[in-house]
Amino acid sequence: MEPHTVLAAEASTSTSRTLTIVLFLVFVAITLAITVWASRQTRTATDFYAGGRTFSGFQNGMAIGGDYMSAASFLGIAGLIALYGYDGFLYSIGFLVAWLVALLLVAEFLRNSGRFTMADVLAFRMRQRPVRTAASVSTIVVSVFYLIAQMVGAGALVSLLLGINADTTFLGMNADTAKVVTIIMVGALMIIYVTVGGMKGTTYVQITKAFLLMTGALLMTILVLAHYKFNLSSLLGDAAQQSGKGDAFLQPGLRYGKETADAAETFYSKMDLLSLGIALVLGTAGLPHILTRFYTVPTARIARKSVLWAIGIIGTFYLFTLALGFGAAALVGGDEITAQDKAGNTAAPQLAQALGIDYLGGDTGGAVLLAVIAAVAFATILAVVAGLTLASSSSVAHDFYANVVRRGAAPERDEVRVARIAALIIGAIAIALSIFAQSLNVAFLVALAFAVAASANLPAILYSLFWRRFNTSGALWAIYGGLFAAVFLVFFSPVVSGSATAMFPDHDWHWFPLSNPGIISIPVGFLCGWIGTVISKESDADKYAELEVRALTGHGAH
Amino acid sequence: MSTETTPAERYLAVQRSDEFAGLRKMLRGFVFPMTVAFFLWYLLYVLLSAYARGFMSAKLVGNINVALLFGLLQFVSTFLIAWYYARFAARRFDPAAERIYDDLMTDEVK
Repeated sequence: MEPHTVLAAEASTSTSRTLTIVLFLVFVAITLAITVWASRQTRTATDFYAGGRTFSGFQNGMAIGGDYMSAASFLGIAGLIALYGYDGFLYSIGFLVAWLVALLLVAEFLRNSGRFTMADVLAFRMRQRPVRTAASVSTIVVSVFYLIAQMVGAGALVSLLLGINADTTFLGMNADTAKVVTIIMVGALMIIYVTVGGMKGTTYVQITKAFLLMTGALLMTILVLAHYKFNLSSLLGDAAQQSGKGDAFLQPGLRYGKETADAAETFYSKMDLLSLGIALVLGTAGLPHILTRFYTVPTARIARKSVLWAIGIIGTFYLFTLALGFGAAALVGGDEITAQDKAGNTAAPQLAQALGIDYLGGDTGGAVLLAVIAAVAFATILAVVAGLTLASSSSVAHDFYANVVRRGAAPERDEVRVARIAALIIGAIAIALSIFAQSLNVAFLVALAFAVAASANLPAILYSLFWRRFNTSGALWAIYGGLFAAVFLVFFSPVVSGSATAMFPDHDWHWFPLSNPGIISIPVGFLCGWIGTVISKESDADKYAELEVRALTGHGAH
Repeated sequence: MSTETTPAERYLAVQRSDEFAGLRKMLRGFVFPMTVAFFLWYLLYVLLSAYARGFMSAKLVGNINVALLFGLLQFVSTFLIAWYYARFAARRFDPAAERIYDDLMTDEVK
């Protein structure tokens, strides 16, 4: 397309860079004000962990969307579609279908029988200390993996979105310094949101972000569709043509399940696609930061309503990204996108600039829309990392400190104080790890977080809720077995070593052919849970009666 | 149930009651088959994307091919199942669960 759509075009870059920073600072100021307000409403442990359980179905549905639609969703999926066409869309579908697992099997029963964390349900009829320790370990592993991927992504994005290239500086910082500063700033903000605002503050941050993200994506979708006179077919045709890949762009196979001359390679590539799809669908309902959201509403029925809202919001959002991705391919073009970022993460902002130039009054309009979308992307990252930090610090305080260390005898005030300290420590560790990992390719950590959630947490949750015989030994086997299987396989997979895009591209110790462990590790998790259960004689019929009656009727719910 | 029963005995009695067994059966009879159904339906979609590329690439109207339609149908089925479950829960599950809940509360008040 026309050269003026290049993101780094000098004049518009400086305008939109300033505007991006101003808009982002406005978002930070508003969310900090909300956080301070929320801190005044936060007195009890229920306030801190569960936002007082007073959110409505719509509010929690928005917050779930805000928690779930990460920068990887917004920029990542739009970028995948822009570069690989159909396969990006295929990827997004697993993230949506997954919500049916949460809706049908988890949300209401968890809300009815737990208080603050995933472990409340897992440890309900088990020996508290070992099960809570295991649940805490897997909560922290899943959340920290996810957190590092988000924070490293934030560091990389800021230089792209602000247009700081290798040879330019910004406020005296070069691109590398800017990355480190971004990671520290994102980390500091998430620590403030969580320690000061607790669940109430974090929830409002997520609601605000979800509103901004949906509005921004809707606006761009309308502009893209209007450009093609609401004719989807001509948008697709133009996208296929501009992508340089022709009809293949509209068909599966450019990214996942690639067919090559090597039969084994083709087979593994297709298995990888299947493995990824299964992990996405089964992982969502095992993500601790998603599970804790169900505790923020008064009843199970409202938890159900919030999932229904979330399905509507998230589904609509992925339909928007479909238009954004193909729109970017058609209106910006594959070459200009990869010139900016090889992974396509800037496709959505580049599209915003192109649309602004065409429809909102030339270069200024382009700079404005680019700035708005870039600021929305930053807001997106902040809301997600805050949710992750809150979920892991809650588990440290409520599961590990209060129930393992203090054996359930800790006063609420101590517990909440520990949660705040834990948020600070986890945040600091995440910042340190992210700075260390920033030059490594850690994008696979998101898929790994889903795989661990599906392999360790989901089997334990489902067995807990639906299997009378399940016991302490089964819970430990499921969590540690599924966790170990997923992490072990990924460690020996091509995403860690032995490929050009690996975390350690210069080393090769891989022997597991798939990048996604789910197809093996999820059955292993379920199988371990079963074996662990049947080799132990322990069984608490009374407590299972209580759990089942409470889960289904809401009796005794907190 | 008498007022002398402990909470544990009360939960056990409820769990063993026909009414609760009916509630459990109603719930599992809906959510388990539905979970299997949407999971297989999703798996079919992924498998076709991996192995039936010719079929998925067939054009239907203009540039809209079977793959795109199939993908959009996953959205439609997800929305429909969510709506259908909400209807089931509101019409059948909630009233039955509420009756048992009310019985438990009345026992406590006694």
